[in-house]
Amino acid sequence: MQPEFLYSLKTIAYIIASATFIIGLKRMGNAKTARSGNLIAAAGMTLAIIASIFIHVNKTADGYETVETSGFIYTLIFAAIVIGTIIGWVTAKKVQMTKMPELVSMFNGMGGACAALIGLMEFHHNLDNTGALLAIILGLIIGSVSFSGSVIAFLKLNGTMNKPVRLPSYNIINTLVMIGVLAFGAHMVFSGTHSTTLLYLLFASALVYGILFTIPIGGADMPVVISLLNSFTGLAAAFGGFLYDNKVMLTGGILVGSAGTLLTLVMCKAMNRPLSNVIFGAFGGNAASGSGPDVKGSIKDLSVADAAVLLNYSKKVVIVPGYGLAVAQAQHIIHELEVLLEERGVEVKYAIHPVAGRMPGHMNVLLAESNVDYGKLVEMEDINPEFDQTDVVLVVGANDVVNPAAKTDPSSPIYGMPILEVENAKHIIVNKRSMNAGYAGIDNLLFYDPKTSMLFGDAKKVLTELVAELKTM
Amino acid sequence: MTEIINFIGNHQEIIFFIILSVFVGVEVIGGVPTVLHTPLMSGANAIHGVVIVGAIIVMLNADPGDYLALTLGFLAVVLGTLNVVGGFVVTDRMLEMFKKK
Repeated sequence: MQPEFLYSLKTIAYIIASATFIIGLKRMGNAKTARSGNLIAAAGMTLAIIASIFIHVNKTADGYETVETSGFIYTLIFAAIVIGTIIGWVTAKKVQMTKMPELVSMFNGMGGACAALIGLMEFHHNLDNTGALLAIILGLIIGSVSFSGSVIAFLKLNGTMNKPVRLPSYNIINTLVMIGVLAFGAHMVFSGTHSTTLLYLLFASALVYGILFTIPIGGADMPVVISLLNSFTGLAAAFGGFLYDNKVMLTGGILVGSAGTLLTLVMCKAMNRPLSNVIFGAFGGNAASGSGPDVKGSIKDLSVADAAVLLNYSKKVVIVPGYGLAVAQAQHIIHELEVLLEERGVEVKYAIHPVAGRMPGHMNVLLAESNVDYGKLVEMEDINPEFDQTDVVLVVGANDVVNPAAKTDPSSPIYGMPILEVENAKHIIVNKRSMNAGYAGIDNLLFYDPKTSMLFGDAKKVLTELVAELKTM
Repeated sequence: MTEIINFIGNHQEIIFFIILSVFVGVEVIGGVPTVLHTPLMSGANAIHGVVIVGAIIVMLNADPGDYLALTLGFLAVVLGTLNVVGGFVVTDRMLEMFKKK
């Protein structure tokens, strides 16, 4: 076939793929169309990959050139794709839904590493072209940061590394390292160096920066970090697209880069924290300096049996699931409790705070996994007016998102964060493992409210006992 | 300075393209309900797996005798595939749960 025709076919495949990415992302914004959106984007991706493997005609200044490729290289490409597909598919299918955020982080890291490797290999082919070198070096740096950062995020979510590690004056060190890496990168682009050693040194220092960047950030902020690293990888892919003048890489990369940045900001907004606070960790500092509310009355303990009675004789119960529920993997048992109560004529709803769980929307996925009806999950703005007609609010493993200090105490570090106004309900039952503060590190006035009773213990254990108790009634 | 200005002039198509894509990216996910943030992040994560196309291009252009390049390229394709396949499959798993209702 004519090279021009083949080239056009490849271009058409790339155009279709780019369109599917946009349509796919758009459809993923609506619960009804989301699944098809994901599949559409996946189909477009498959098309782009097939076109890249089978059509290697490039447009040059004087016509079209066909790249001859040996069978050996083809075999390697196919082997690599088969290996990647099997591992990716099996891991994605097998992983528990509570472990999903770390999996997303891991896959993101793989993409970053892929971009970094491309940079390592292309450097020596483009020594005479400054524009290409710039794209290569930026792709290499961003890809490496995204890779090592994602690995750290993975380890943190995984629990392997649960305390933020903070070197003395880490903000200054990190900024200096970042400037150093960028200056090193600029040297590689503009000095005309051919040194492979320097290239690998740059790779290594970008990896170190990725670690330094992520390591001081607390586990609860990892979703924001993953979202940010996600948009970094998008950017790295876009630099690859610029390098090869490959439009599908550009569209895919830039879309994810900009959508990912927006998503990061939206997440920060839901937590009422500027992104700079998450990255530079101003939060911990503020909480230590702020005095916090003065304590105010006593804590009331509640037995499982009493809690069961209270729930059994209610008309309307609202469950507030939080991080603790996800950690204890109590999503199935909470659904069992809900079904049991509904059978007895109690109206049950779930109040979902925008940042409940380990990632925004994570709670919905977890509850959906245990077959909770999607219609029972009510978002914050819609449920808040309903609390004053609610008999019992059951808070499971949530803390800061129900802290009234966000509304009443201007000195509180969470002041201004939108919260679930559970204090308006007739009774509040709070299940927590201990009196430890939430990740904001502040006391919760709600626990001292005369209407509040505490039900201490692991969420799964306590809820199981509660269900058993209810069944005897 | 002249170089930078000329660089922009010579790459104007791609620069227009980048600007428009940035806005499309922002617009397309604007107004997404919080419940869908996690699947959306995961789906976007799969889409940047398009970087695999770059890895394939590197492999196709590699010299069959250059074992270092082939090893790195092979690794890049494996990692890119993991990103794409794992990303789309895990997103589908999450969204499947919403669909049941």
